[in-house]
Amino acid sequence: MEKVSTVEGRAYPFGMKNVDTDIIIPAHFLKTVTREGLGKGAFEALRKDPSNVFDNPEYAGSPIIVAGDNFGCGSSREHAAWALLDMGLKAVIAPSFSDIFSGNAFKNGIVTVALPQEAIDRLMEVAETDPITIDLEAQTVTTPFQDRWTFEIDPFRKYCLTEGLDEVGLTLQSDDAIRSYEERQQSEQPWLARGTGLAA
Amino acid sequence: MSSTPRTLYEKIWDAHVIEQRDDGTCLVFIDRHLVHEVTSPQAFEALRMAGRKVRRPELTLAVPDHNLPTTPRVDAAGNRVPIEDAESRGQLEALERNAPEFGVQYFGATAAQQGIVHVVGPEQGFSLPGATIVCGDSHTACHGGIGALAFGIGTSEVEHVLATQTLQLRKSKTMEVRVEGDLGPGVTSKDLIMHIIGTIGTAGGTGHVIEYRGKVFEEMSVEGRLTVCNMSIEGGARAGLIAPDETTFRYVKGRPYAPKGEDWDKAVAYWKTLHTDPGAAFDKSVTINAADVEPTVTWGTSPEDTVAIGGIVPDPMSFADPSKQRAAQASLDYMGLAPGQRMDEVEVQNIFIGSCTNSRIEDLRAAAEVLKGRKIHPNIKWGIIVPGSGLVKMQAEAEGLDKIFIDAGLEWREPGCSACLGMNPDKVPAGERSASTSNRNFVGRQGPGARTHLVSPAMAAAAAVTGKLTDVRKLTNDAPALA
Ligand code: SF4
Repeated sequence: MEKVSTVEGRAYPFGMKNVDTDIIIPAHFLKTVTREGLGKGAFEALRKDPSNVFDNPEYAGSPIIVAGDNFGCGSSREHAAWALLDMGLKAVIAPSFSDIFSGNAFKNGIVTVALPQEAIDRLMEVAETDPITIDLEAQTVTTPFQDRWTFEIDPFRKYCLTEGLDEVGLTLQSDDAIRSYEERQQSEQPWLARGTGLAA
Repeated sequence: MSSTPRTLYEKIWDAHVIEQRDDGTCLVFIDRHLVHEVTSPQAFEALRMAGRKVRRPELTLAVPDHNLPTTPRVDAAGNRVPIEDAESRGQLEALERNAPEFGVQYFGATAAQQGIVHVVGPEQGFSLPGATIVCGDSHTACHGGIGALAFGIGTSEVEHVLATQTLQLRKSKTMEVRVEGDLGPGVTSKDLIMHIIGTIGTAGGTGHVIEYRGKVFEEMSVEGRLTVCNMSIEGGARAGLIAPDETTFRYVKGRPYAPKGEDWDKAVAYWKTLHTDPGAAFDKSVTINAADVEPTVTWGTSPEDTVAIGGIVPDPMSFADPSKQRAAQASLDYMGLAPGQRMDEVEVQNIFIGSCTNSRIEDLRAAAEVLKGRKIHPNIKWGIIVPGSGLVKMQAEAEGLDKIFIDAGLEWREPGCSACLGMNPDKVPAGERSASTSNRNFVGRQGPGARTHLVSPAMAAAAAVTGKLTDVRKLTNDAPALA
């Protein structure tokens, strides 16, 4: 996974509250076989409205969404995070998030930043015209107009995001231990280590 | 090693812990990974996106099962028949691409070894006693029947196992289901596990790994043990286990991926240590009296809704728990049944003999024994027999079982999951009933509006003959207890 230290750029001034995962990616996309391409299905229902923020060329390719509270509620589908990732998003700023969504977002390298509603209101204004900067190292959100807020993030998640470690990457930090387990199995229980015999 | 007496689960667990974290999470080595087409595409894609490989391709076995139609897969000219449904086809094609790309053994749609993952694993000797086995499918518990610690995982865990051959896990609690005495004539492993789930409830095993113990299991075939462990998940348990013994060793010996020669002797010596030590404590224990188990059927939409075939549909108000009362009422509304109705008068229109619970050769023999020389009842509009694998199919044909089924008026199909969950075209029509040897009678499981009654293969065959749920002992020489 890519290391994330800052996320900087324009933001979609979305603002909607209680955005559930069905709004982010409707159920009929769940049978697909790829994560890539899910961005096209993201916010499908809202995008039927021609004035929607996601298809406004002003914000095309923005790495940030500014949203209302309880973002990512509803079903636990990881597809929601995949869809946002596929849209090119790297961070969501909202007053609160569903736990499952922020877990799934984190697993996929998307930063979820919780800020008070007043900050969100201000960011909605700024986003109309100017970029926003999230500094993960300093745990701050800033604008070109001297606005500055600090946010909390679980130290473990911060570590994983800044080091670019997904769950697989984390486990592979124990690679030596896994390797010595494998070697022991190879010598003590070779029949288990052999499997189908189709070695890499 | 440690001298404290340990349960079978603890022995297998301890043998696979690579390291333990401060919060109690353990990094656990996975010996065998079974992969099918539904839960793997995004896992392989994630590897590709991250530039990762499958760490141990030889410990991974891929086979499609959920989506495959059970109608012929090659036409008269020998060409592959494409899958019509675009999404099903997409999943199959993804696995067909991913397996060779990542160097994983793959049994394709037309291979003799193809079948339901949980039939293929043991059949190939890929699933072995004492191994940790995972698959992106909740019925992975099935492989506990050969004494393996086997459980289902989700797509991100599939990716994790492919990339690292490990999982981050917390140790489960242990639960003993002890069965005392012997099963009566005509009572099968399926009746027993349905009776057990009816007794402990669908949450009875939550957070636990169940070990099934007692003479009944010692005397049971490996096929029967696989059936029992398969449904552990319906009792809420993460996994089910039966200690490996001579019966298991006989079953495993000589299978394609089973240990050979000197390895075999070493393996057996190790497997013989895999049993719960005298004095080892379980966190929870339930005792079942085998003599209480009758041929069993379900009346509702949860696998715990079981009743003996001689019984009646229960009154929802007879349950103590108000939420269970409401659930039972909703079940009866969906099932179109009324309290007090006799189970052996419930007419069925569809028969499904198959699924990872009951599609092995022994299951087909049991059904054939009942169907031999008989015809299906005019009530039956659709009845299919779906062998668990191409090899089971060949074996059944060598024994002439296919003829018995076809002569009786049933359809003999190609292997796969089929009407167990209706991801392929095999579905039970809305409002109609099926007597099904699968493991889940959930609302809509066999098709929207389908009404499922779970039964054993012999009971499904009996229902085919009479057109209603029937005590199979009335059709065989096994005198019913109270007939
Ligand atoms: S047969 Fe049914 S329960 Fe078994 S793996 Fe297939 S769909 Fe799942």
